[in-house]
Amino acid sequence: MIQKSRRPVFLDITRIHLPVTAVISITHRITGILFFLLIPVLIYMFDLSLSSQHGFDSVMSVTHHWVAKLTLVVVLWGFAHHFFAGIRYLLIDIDIAVGRESSRVTAWCVVAGGIIVLFGSAVLLL
Amino acid sequence: MSRRSYGLRAWILQRLSAVYMAVYILYFIFHVTVQPPQSYDDWRAWISGPVVSITTALFFVAVLIHAWVGIRDVVMDYIKPLAVRFSLLSLIGLMLLACGFWVVKILLQVYQ
Repeated sequence: MIQKSRRPVFLDITRIHLPVTAVISITHRITGILFFLLIPVLIYMFDLSLSSQHGFDSVMSVTHHWVAKLTLVVVLWGFAHHFFAGIRYLLIDIDIAVGRESSRVTAWCVVAGGIIVLFGSAVLLL
Repeated sequence: MSRRSYGLRAWILQRLSAVYMAVYILYFIFHVTVQPPQSYDDWRAWISGPVVSITTALFFVAVLIHAWVGIRDVVMDYIKPLAVRFSLLSLIGLMLLACGFWVVKILLQVYQ
């Protein structure tokens, strides 16, 4: 007969606290999957912009609608996150900011860089 | 590549493509900020220039390599049944390959 494990289970999602470095790691993954899915969209827009004057105009006017603007701002934020986190990983590869404290500082820099791009693009586009 | 360094090639390709894309994207943003293409002809002429068309083609190669290595890591981490994993990776590989041919077609048409 299978007995229930007596080991304590602590899976209260509201009380598990991920360190900022772990948050950066998982958002790098999530944004990566998102951009993988956006590759055909990117190529489609590239194709459209080079197909005709009309196509070029429709790509340039994609930001006229507020839903498109909002989407673009979120995509740019995700991109900044992936970009800055990627640079952070490249620095870690060459042994820069590997320690516990310094890696947390650079992780916060990634968050800050993302927020700067978020607000910057929001101000420019919205 | 020897058996002992299995995975090293993917690791290096992911980093090389990342650095290349970062440089290209910064250059692209710099160009469209300083000299935004005013018209379709402007944009087309810029893309079809000898340096830009080759660096743009290489950019898309880097995108596809980077995406392949990254998404393969994700699939291998979360999809355990071998048949599902194999099918999914095959589909993704085909899709990325199709995207590559699509870019080749676009860049060749720019010259017509």
